Amino acid sequence: MRKPWDTTSERLLRELAPQALGVVARRFRDFASAEDAVQEAMLAAFTQWPREGVPENPRGWLIQVASRRMADQVRSEIARRQRESAAARDVETVAAAGDIDCDMDMDPDDTLILLFLCCHPALTSSSAIALTLRAVGGLTTAEIASAFLVPEATMAQRISRAKQSIKASGVPFRSLSWQERAERLPAVLHALYLIFNEGYTSSSGAHLQRLDLAREAIRLTRCAKALLSDDAEVGGLLALMLLTDARRAARTGPDEELIPLDKQDRTLWDRAEIAEGIGLLTAALSKGSVGLYQLQAAVAAIHDEAPRAEDTDWPQILALYELLKRVSPSPMATLNHAIATAMVHGPARGLEMLKPLDSDARFSGHHRLDAVRAHLLEMLGDRDDAIKHYRTAARRTTSIPERNYLMTQAARLEEGP
Amino acid sequence: MKYILMMNTMRAEQGVPNWPRGDLRAHIAFMKKLNQDLHESGELVSAEGLSFPDQAKLVRAGKDGTPITDGVFPESKEFLAGFWIVDVETPERAYAIAAQASAAPGPGGAPLNMPIEVRSVMSGPPPEMM
Repeated sequence: MRKPWDTTSERLLRELAPQALGVVARRFRDFASAEDAVQEAMLAAFTQWPREGVPENPRGWLIQVASRRMADQVRSEIARRQRESAAARDVETVAAAGDIDCDMDMDPDDTLILLFLCCHPALTSSSAIALTLRAVGGLTTAEIASAFLVPEATMAQRISRAKQSIKASGVPFRSLSWQERAERLPAVLHALYLIFNEGYTSSSGAHLQRLDLAREAIRLTRCAKALLSDDAEVGGLLALMLLTDARRAARTGPDEELIPLDKQDRTLWDRAEIAEGIGLLTAALSKGSVGLYQLQAAVAAIHDEAPRAEDTDWPQILALYELLKRVSPSPMATLNHAIATAMVHGPARGLEMLKPLDSDARFSGHHRLDAVRAHLLEMLGDRDDAIKHYRTAARRTTSIPERNYLMTQAARLEEGP
Repeated sequence: MKYILMMNTMRAEQGVPNWPRGDLRAHIAFMKKLNQDLHESGELVSAEGLSFPDQAKLVRAGKDGTPITDGVFPESKEFLAGFWIVDVETPERAYAIAAQASAAPGPGGAPLNMPIEVRSVMSGPPPEMM
């Protein structure tokens, strides 16, 4: 008996992808080929299920189809070798493998194993992200390619290279020890964070039907959180994503122009997402080990909780950034610390804190530094220098919406009060 | 037929335009609308804006193949600010799109009449001669 395809089916299908992959990869002991086979099974499901309905055992269906692809592959490989030596018996063994009971070798940890495998430190972040979206997220190569605005062939190549690197590094497909898990978790969280940021920062007019990467990142992080419920930073990361995503509708105007936090229409903020984010953050903080994502989520929560921009609890944000600078020092942390300092102790103190960044090779010449300096100079009432720095920032950014925003800021100041 | 439409800006204007806010907005909205229209008509292959030339580097391979970068961009009068690649039926259509882009509004809403260089994109091998 098949169920009709509806809005929940697509989600179900994507969630089943890593589970099916786990089974097939373990059965055939070949992650790279299993990943291709499951992708083919997913494509088959996406074309057949909407037309014919969802099979009674959808996971079993995916595993069967993927295993059959694997068996076909092995069979043709054997056939090729047979021309040199006879090995006909193996064909029967492999063919039978496709009919094994599907739940027999199911491991509830498979999705987690895959997540750690795909976010392997041997991979570049762009490869890790692409592979994670496909193998764990159950997305098709075409969808991922369109999300990153590259041709499908380019993305297919990137994914295939990522799998080669995993193969070359000799990482087995197995559960990680507690210690390995702890060591590798930051790389996994960072990959999820990058997927979210990619979705959050890049949206341009010509590409309206892009896949929503921010939503995909939230879905994957939810899944990671369910599997790693004892880790505070996973909860912190999910909270950060929700508390940031909650402002999405207010973040851009009708012409996609950027609207800064203090000018946003707060009635457009998603209250349900904020409430969920704050709940997650509270639970994470109670676990006692405060990390980078929890601190950033805490700042986001303070912004989200202020009914008006002028109600923002800046002294508390300042304290959080001081802590963040200690936990994880970086130019970006210094920059945020300077902004919070300006909001609490005045722009002159904030500008003072920016000075060391001029000589920081990682950061001098970065448009963010010019943009923040322009903003603080404006607060100080130094209009001409503010205009100059807004323009420099506009010239240095590589984001078109941001460039437009910074040029508009300069133009606004030119027009006078 | 594919064409690349290259929007060149004079080097003297390489700074960020210091137009009034309303004029900036009108220009941005115009470009966005143009891209959207081309997308909807199915003619847009890609459109990209480029960062300012003071961030550009000139690269040559050194003796051992390692990149040698030149920090300063050579003195050309014009620089490429952005481009469109369109897939159209006729060259005339490519020129028409280029003219549309050229007339983007500038200060006071007056058309900028920027020079747009139109070049055809080379195609694959021709069909076998019979």
